Formats: sequence, C-alpha cells, structure tokens
Amino acid sequence: MSMPFYVSPEQLMKDRADFARKGIARGRSVVVLGYDRGIAFVADNPSRALHKVSEIYDRIAFAAVGKYNEFENLRVAGVRYADLRGYSYDRSDVTARGLANAYAQTLGTVFTQESKPYEVEIVVAEVGQSADQDQIYRLTYDGSVADEQGFIAMGGAGEHITAGLQERWAPGMNLGDALGLAHELLCQDPGGGPSRTLTATQLEVAVLDRARRRRTFRRIAGPLLDALLSSEDPTKDVPADDDPTPGRHDTLTGEAAPAERAESDPS
Amino acid sequence: MNLDSSGGAGRLPAAFMMTGSSSFAEFIGAHSPELLPSRRPLPVGGTVEAPHGTTIVSLTYDGGVVMAGDRRATMGNLIANRDMDKVFGADDYSAVGIAGTAGLAIEMVKLFQVELEHYEKIEGTLLSLEGKANRLATMIRSNLAMAMQGLSVVPLFAGFDLDAMGGRIFSYDVTGGCYEEHDHHSVGSGSLFARGAMKKLWRPAMGSPAAIRVAVEALYDAADDDAATGGPDVGRRIWPTLAVVDVQGLRFLDDDALAAVVEQVVADRRGNPGGAR
Repeated sequence: MSMPFYVSPEQLMKDRADFARKGIARGRSVVVLGYDRGIAFVADNPSRALHKVSEIYDRIAFAAVGKYNEFENLRVAGVRYADLRGYSYDRSDVTARGLANAYAQTLGTVFTQESKPYEVEIVVAEVGQSADQDQIYRLTYDGSVADEQGFIAMGGAGEHITAGLQERWAPGMNLGDALGLAHELLCQDPGGGPSRTLTATQLEVAVLDRARRRRTFRRIAGPLLDALLSSEDPTKDVPADDDPTPGRHDTLTGEAAPAERAESDPS
Repeated sequence: MNLDSSGGAGRLPAAFMMTGSSSFAEFIGAHSPELLPSRRPLPVGGTVEAPHGTTIVSLTYDGGVVMAGDRRATMGNLIANRDMDKVFGADDYSAVGIAGTAGLAIEMVKLFQVELEHYEKIEGTLLSLEGKANRLATMIRSNLAMAMQGLSVVPLFAGFDLDAMGGRIFSYDVTGGCYEEHDHHSVGSGSLFARGAMKKLWRPAMGSPAAIRVAVEALYDAADDDAATGGPDVGRRIWPTLAVVDVQGLRFLDDDALAAVVEQVVADRRGNPGGAR
C-alpha cells in the first residue's frame, strides 16, 4: 500500500491560493467605481452574450472575473438567494451584505473542502439612497470579504488599475468622467508598454442608477456609451427614461424612439 | 427562510447551485416547498369562508389590450374589502387579473411576478407571451386540490405579444386549462353581465380611449346585476383598477383619468340605466 506524502496545511492552502490566483490573473479586468448618481461597472469584455456584470436585484449588481462557468454558477445562486428573500420577506429586505456573507461562506467552503478552489473574484455592489450609503464588497477565491470604499479593480491588471484609481478617482465624479477614467486605465499596459485601444464595443458597461425606482440596473451601449466615453460630448449621465424600443428595458442605447404611444389617454 | 439545510456552515445549499432551471417556482419547490401557495397541507373536510374577488374584464384594441377589475371582495353576503386591487402587472408587457379566493390568488400572482422577473434575470431575455401564459397555467393546475375544497382561483391573463405586435387574452379554468380568447373576455361572478355588455360595445380596431370606456362600462353593467361586484363609488372616490398594455409596456391609469371616464359613464346612464343607444 502506498502512503500519500505528508503535505503541511500551510503548503496545501498556499498551493490552492496560488492556483486560484494564477487563474484569475489570466483574465481580463473589471472596474467598479462609484459616481455622483450611482455605481458604474466597466468590464473589458468583447462578448455581448456572456456577461461579466449582471443584475441581482433592485439595487444590487454582481461583477466577476475568472472562470465563466464558476462565476455564472454563483450569479445564478445569487439571483435565487435574492428572489427567495424578496419573496418570503419584502423587496426592501434584500441586502448586499447578506448576499456577500452567503457568497463568502460558499467560496470559503469550496476553497477548503473541494478538490479545486473556484478561480473567481467577485464584487457585490448595492446602490444606496445617497453616495455614503453605497456598499461595494469584494470577495476572493478563499471566501475573504472586503468592504471597499469608492472603487475596486480586479482581474489581470487589477493592481495597476487600483493604483491609477487611488490617484485619480474622487467621490462625486460624474458618470462621463468615471467611465472615461475606467476606460483609460483599462487601456493601459500594466507592464509599462504602449496603451492598447479599446473601442466602446469591446467594453461591457452597466450602472446602478440611484435615481431610478425599483430595478436600478441598466446596461449602457450604442451611441449613449460613445457619448459618455467621449470627452468632448456634453452627455455626462444616463437619461432618466428608458429606451422606448419594444422588448427588455435593461439597456440604454440613446437611440431614437421608433414609435410613439399609439393613442393618447382620455385624460 | 432556511439557508443551512445542506453543505458546510452557512454555505448556500445545493439547490441554489443547481444548474439548468430558470424557474423560481421549481427552485422553491425543491428548496422550500412550504412557500408554494399550492403546497400547503389541507384541512380535512369542511370549507372555509374567505374573501372572494369578483369581476375582471379584458378587451383588445388596435395596438394593445386593456384589463380592468372592480375593487370589491365579498365573504358570503358581507363586503370584505371595498378597495382591493385585483388587476396586477405581471411584468413590463402583461397584466393578470384574479377572481376567486383572494388570499390565495394574490399569493399566486406574487409568485408569478417573481417567476417572470427571475427568468428575465437568469436568461437575460423576456419569456414569450405564450410562455408566460403557460407558466400561469402550471400554477393553477397545481392548485386543483385546493379548488376542490372551495378555494379556487381563476385568473385572466392579458399581454402585448412582441412577436405578433398585438394584444392577446388568455383565460383559465380551475384545472389549469389555458385558452386564448379573442377580442374580449371576463371572469368572476359578474362576468356573464360584463360579457354581454362587451359583446354589444366592443368594435374591431377601436382605439385605447374607446376601449377604456368599454371596460368601465362593462364593469358598470356587471355591478348593476351582480351583488358581489362593486359599482362606481363616487362618494368614496373608489374607481376600478385599469391597466393598459401596449408596445410601450404596461401602465395603470391614474385616478384622475379614471374618474373622468367613470363620471362620464355614470352621467350617460342617468335616465338611461341600461345604457340603450
């Protein structure tokens, strides 16, 4: 009978952490940052269908880097957690803190008990009634939680972008400036090489808009995103009204209205 | 809510991490079945007195669909509630109205609303209108045992079909049968009278103001002949609940707009109670 080699717990945990960290460092980056009227999410993600940023509940959103199948699994679990809580209590009783705790326990258990840790890093953000009530939680592969103030960057260029944000981010920035800053930092090469060019279509951008009622999560795309990213354009915030296009109302593109309401009300 | 039913300390239970299902009802059926309206244990024998919702009408017009309900709930010969809302938005493009046992029906609507939003968030797309109508049918079907004890729920579902670009109406029976209705339909105790009124008042290709007026008038006729349906309460200023669904989505008519329509109907019926024209 062969005996397994003794591996000290320190070594075991270190190996697992290195493994997870390596997986995450390979991925493209995501930036989450507060602005005067909400929280913005900017991901370096050319795919229109496989999202890194998603809606969890009325005022809560989720962003992730790492292995898609693993964080998608966590996202679905988060939507179920939030909907179950909202259904059995009330919509106002669903909080980012509760969800972050549930994620932390899950990631921690997977890290120590399963054969392979999740190679993910996630952010759970909740937009409050005012900027000082905003909550942004960062959860890492081993289940540690950090309550971050103002901004987070994660993924391959995470540390480099965080350094840039520490220098240039300020509370009360408008959305246009916040997106411009995130875009510029995502374009920079962490190794110090020449910057790349990321077009608006290579970015996945979403916001939790404090001013909206009930569901506050909106994706931003199309001409509206171009206008927000451009420093010359006067557009500095998302419009208060959703796009009038028929279908799902979760994306703001700023494209013109295709049809007016067929008939006016009798009032 | 129990989050610790399996797995390590505080970890999300296996049902949360399961892949493949986008249905909230299926998820709580697996994780906490006691939350499903149809899964509660039934008392043996005897029926319970519970508030009942009464009349809901719905009709299509050129560009959408209107749904309206009176505000009364009755319990035997008593009025249990004068200002209950029985028409709800199911999602951005559909409305559901309920007749039958009010408590159970409202719980079912609440579950249906979460079901549609849950699907939207997980799949990133809207369910088709028929898909929504079928999900509601599944919920009614699972309620059959309760219906046999007198706790039946009969909804009416209407929405704007983004593929066909028009309003559509679906009715249900207690066994969960789902039937598409054309032009107009009504459910509840006053539905016979409301249906009669709509047969005479509905016109093809009518506009939304005309459709709103027909819905209010049909409810007026239902209240005229059915004791359980609430008529226009001008004294308390309680108006019917009225939802309009068109290509822009769902909206409820506000009180001022409704008051104008109701007061016009009441005025037109003065000295002409049957509304002959």
